[in-house]
Amino acid sequence: MPTVSVKRDLLFEALGQKYTDEEFDELCFEFGLELDEITSEKEILSREQGDEKAAGASDVVLYKIDVPANRYDLLCLEGLVRGLQVFKEKLEAPRYKRVSPADGGEPQRLVITEETASVRPHAVAAVLRNISFTQERYESFIELQEKLHQNICRKRTLVAIGTHDLDTISGPFTYTAKPPGDIRFKPLNQSKEYTAAELMSHYKTDSHLRHYLHIIENEPLYPIIYDSNGIVLSMPPIINGDHSKISLNTKNIFIECTATDLTKAKITLDMIVTMFSEYCDEPFTVEEAEVVYPDGRLCVYPELAYRTETLSGDFINKRVGINESAESIAQLLTRMCLRSEVSGEGDLIQVEIPPMRADVIHACDIMEDAAIAHGFNNIVRSTPRTYTVANQLPLNKLTELLRQDLAAAGFTEALTFALCSQEDIADKLRKNIVETRAVHISNPKTAEFQVVRTSLLPGLLKTLAANRKMPLPLKLFEISDVVLKDETKDVGARNNRRLCAVYYNKSPGFEVIHGLLDRVMQLLDVKPGRNQGYHIQAAEDSTFFPGRCAEIFSCGKSIGHLGVLHPDVISRFELTMPCSAIDIDIEPFL
Amino acid sequence: GAAGATGFGSMADTGLLESLLRLLEKVDGGTDSQDVAADLGVDHQVIVGAVKSLQALGEVISTEQKSSKHWELTGEGREIAEQGSHEARVFNAIPDEGLPQNELMKMPSGKVGFSKAMSNKWIRLDKAHEGGPRVFKTVETIEDTVRDKLQLVQKGQSAKLEDKEKNELKKRKLLSEVTVKSYWITKGSSFSTTITKQETELTPEMIASGSWKEKNFKPYNFEAMGVAPDCGHLHPLMKVRTQFRQIFLEMGFTEMPTNNFIESSFWNFDSLFQPQQHPARDQHDTFFISDPALAHEFPQDYMERVKKVHSEGGYGSQGYKYDWKIEEAQKNLLRTHTTAVSARMLYKLAQQEKFTPVKYFSIDRVFRNETLDATHLAEFHQIEGVVADYGLTLGNLMGVLHQFFTKLGITKLRFKPAYNPYTEPSMEVFSYHEGLKKWVEVGNSGVFRPEMLLPMGLPEGVSVIAWGLSLERPTMIKYGINNIRELVGHKVNLQMVYDSPICRLDS
Repeated sequence: MPTVSVKRDLLFEALGQKYTDEEFDELCFEFGLELDEITSEKEILSREQGDEKAAGASDVVLYKIDVPANRYDLLCLEGLVRGLQVFKEKLEAPRYKRVSPADGGEPQRLVITEETASVRPHAVAAVLRNISFTQERYESFIELQEKLHQNICRKRTLVAIGTHDLDTISGPFTYTAKPPGDIRFKPLNQSKEYTAAELMSHYKTDSHLRHYLHIIENEPLYPIIYDSNGIVLSMPPIINGDHSKISLNTKNIFIECTATDLTKAKITLDMIVTMFSEYCDEPFTVEEAEVVYPDGRLCVYPELAYRTETLSGDFINKRVGINESAESIAQLLTRMCLRSEVSGEGDLIQVEIPPMRADVIHACDIMEDAAIAHGFNNIVRSTPRTYTVANQLPLNKLTELLRQDLAAAGFTEALTFALCSQEDIADKLRKNIVETRAVHISNPKTAEFQVVRTSLLPGLLKTLAANRKMPLPLKLFEISDVVLKDETKDVGARNNRRLCAVYYNKSPGFEVIHGLLDRVMQLLDVKPGRNQGYHIQAAEDSTFFPGRCAEIFSCGKSIGHLGVLHPDVISRFELTMPCSAIDIDIEPFL
Repeated sequence: GAAGATGFGSMADTGLLESLLRLLEKVDGGTDSQDVAADLGVDHQVIVGAVKSLQALGEVISTEQKSSKHWELTGEGREIAEQGSHEARVFNAIPDEGLPQNELMKMPSGKVGFSKAMSNKWIRLDKAHEGGPRVFKTVETIEDTVRDKLQLVQKGQSAKLEDKEKNELKKRKLLSEVTVKSYWITKGSSFSTTITKQETELTPEMIASGSWKEKNFKPYNFEAMGVAPDCGHLHPLMKVRTQFRQIFLEMGFTEMPTNNFIESSFWNFDSLFQPQQHPARDQHDTFFISDPALAHEFPQDYMERVKKVHSEGGYGSQGYKYDWKIEEAQKNLLRTHTTAVSARMLYKLAQQEKFTPVKYFSIDRVFRNETLDATHLAEFHQIEGVVADYGLTLGNLMGVLHQFFTKLGITKLRFKPAYNPYTEPSMEVFSYHEGLKKWVEVGNSGVFRPEMLLPMGLPEGVSVIAWGLSLERPTMIKYGINNIRELVGHKVNLQMVYDSPICRLDS
């Protein structure tokens, strides 16, 4: 969930009202936000870098507010305030308008060349005309781009934003892609020119930019945007040029978003312009820009599209479980920036979805907004009449019953991890990893998550090792799943429910583990015997001490092993005493 | 005990006990064990032993421990009380005609006695005597005050001596001050001057003969702990799991088959209308599988419908409008939630000829490739409940949650709007924590999106409500565990497992 940090006093000023922390927290809760933390720059710095570094920092109170991941329109102070003011019916949602350049001028134009196709084929653009920045607005504008980059733009992989002082450049602009050696410009906040190749190595150590290098690093051509004089606007998705950088005094802003996902680029552009067109001389208007594709197709952006959905009051009432008139539902939706009207025909409501509510993609999203405006906690809680009969999963039922009786037999239940290292299930058990039929994890952060266990034994032995100081004997069991590769399953692997137990003492206690097998079989109502019963038979298994291992058969089918563990296995798990173990598959007893 | 060490037989022992009791009968308000020792003329330690034996008989006597300081002769002191002081012994050894000094010095008391007797002016030394230095008495008789004083102490009359005198004897290592632990003995509630032997335990013979009726039984010490039973123990997390399972069964929910840790991205994400660029599908959040890397079997028609709803929309949805790729959907992973199983179950339900309402639950492991800390592991147990029926409302979801949490002993609930890619509306469930005096999140819930349900083939009017929470968090709260590693995994302290109480979630 993204967190937006806003200055409390600035927020209250914009809301035209002061709140106590509790009151504001309550408002957030109702609206679906979360006041996560109340802090200051000073406090943050002092926590992260110590009091010394924090000495001169600002102690202006900051609210850190958690915003739902799909509400990009709430990622800055401007959007938050607008959303809350409309919700509190203190403000009518503005209508955003795309306009042509004043005085009949030509729109700005961004021409895409075909070289971009292989690396980053899409671009959209728009102009914010006659904007007035203050220090706070400027910071918020920069911060919003960063938030969008981290969220909808998926760390610039899907979309990268560039904003430029339009008065320093002249269109038409060209969006192309070139070999890194052919690109040369002075990047943002640097004092000299670099080639693209030099830049990439320069930014290797940059704490912020190095995270984006991988996006184009191995591409033969890098995306690049030039103005008509060959000045570099930006090299997306890495860095803008220094020449066109915006400042507090910038009046006209050219915004371009390059992308691999056109839908997300359009949304991103709509978000920036809807959030900040408020500060234009003519508020909430955005000057159009043209984008020309290599095939000659011409698109005009930003889309700023309003969409109308028609749904019935009855639909909302029935889904939410309330009983409101169509008029009052329309009013509820209007408070969520979804301007709504009863259309006159029955209880049909016309709902207008504004461009910054890209999260509304289905009637159910509208229904949720009605429920939020109505207040989740004002909805009457009722029990559904659904009549059903409960059933246990037979495998879990058997497991539950056996667990009880294993504890009654004197064994204590362990709960061990399903993920472990290759070594745990192979080397330490004196097995070959290939024979284990283990499922391997491709992206483990540490060795503890290399494979899914194929046996419960390593977990039990590790539990013993962690409890060596406990009085002997130690008797442990676990009934849980292991995972084995299995071609016959859709995903190529299956779980297998196992029962494993260990006896750890000064003497191996084979007879104890053998007695446990007899008891388990008694509980499963399987009698000793060769054919319809169960029996054990000497076997060789590398995990066990030679001559001290037997295979267990039930109704003629092998279900597992029991025996005294091999001394190497004991040592490899950092144990010092003899240990006997049983490991069986319980699925045949279903 | 001490009585046994002095060599008393049991008969004599009983005799001593009864003597003590008779003595006690005569005094009002009780007596000190030291006085009893003096009266009966036995060592105090013997009386201490007798007191202990009487205590074991129940309420015959009652006692209070005391400690007092007391002067006692040292070994050397006792010798002097018996044989006289060294100086007296020296004096007495000298005949009228005197004794050669070297002979006198050979006496055991010679050295000390000589110098003391000299300073007492009882004797004189004639160094010029022919045949070597010779010692002569200077007085006819002497008074051995050291011996007299020591004898007084020995008789228990040390009070007759002045402190200065006692300290001087102490300096000479003839006296020592010792702390004596004694008992103040009074009659007990079942005081009697005769002793009946007490039985320790009821025996089969006593039951057979009826002799138990005449016997006195040694009282039990109810202060002591019992012997721990020799038994196994269930793991606390599994005990809580059993209770949650029970709650779902009581509410009529059927258990889902969640025994498939490996899942395809298709069922874990795509079928839930979770877009392919969603951050949860990132390597940083999810464990992907390298072997077997891909799932190879999907319901083809359904997969086409899923692809369409993601990339183009439909079923009243705008869709996400992106290029949906089967390669992404095929990628195997360790399921990140049991909702993947709910998706399979709902798909299966949709394939029935006629829809029937269902209530499903599961409690099983899920896996996240997250940063680990005191409350986060790479694997944990998810509890999930799902209800599918015609016309279910958000109010119904709140009602079911209310019933569910009431069974956990949580009645004060409120709901916060939230976001989840596959539910709309989505609600976080908060309960009021009386201890923390604030609302804390206890679960997540929502109504599954039509973009998830309709491609499966579920009828349009069917709503599916669902909620989930982790098993570990309520268990940690229940058993007061702060670090999740102390609860789950091999680093668990078995003593904690042995000692953990039964789990009743509603109390």
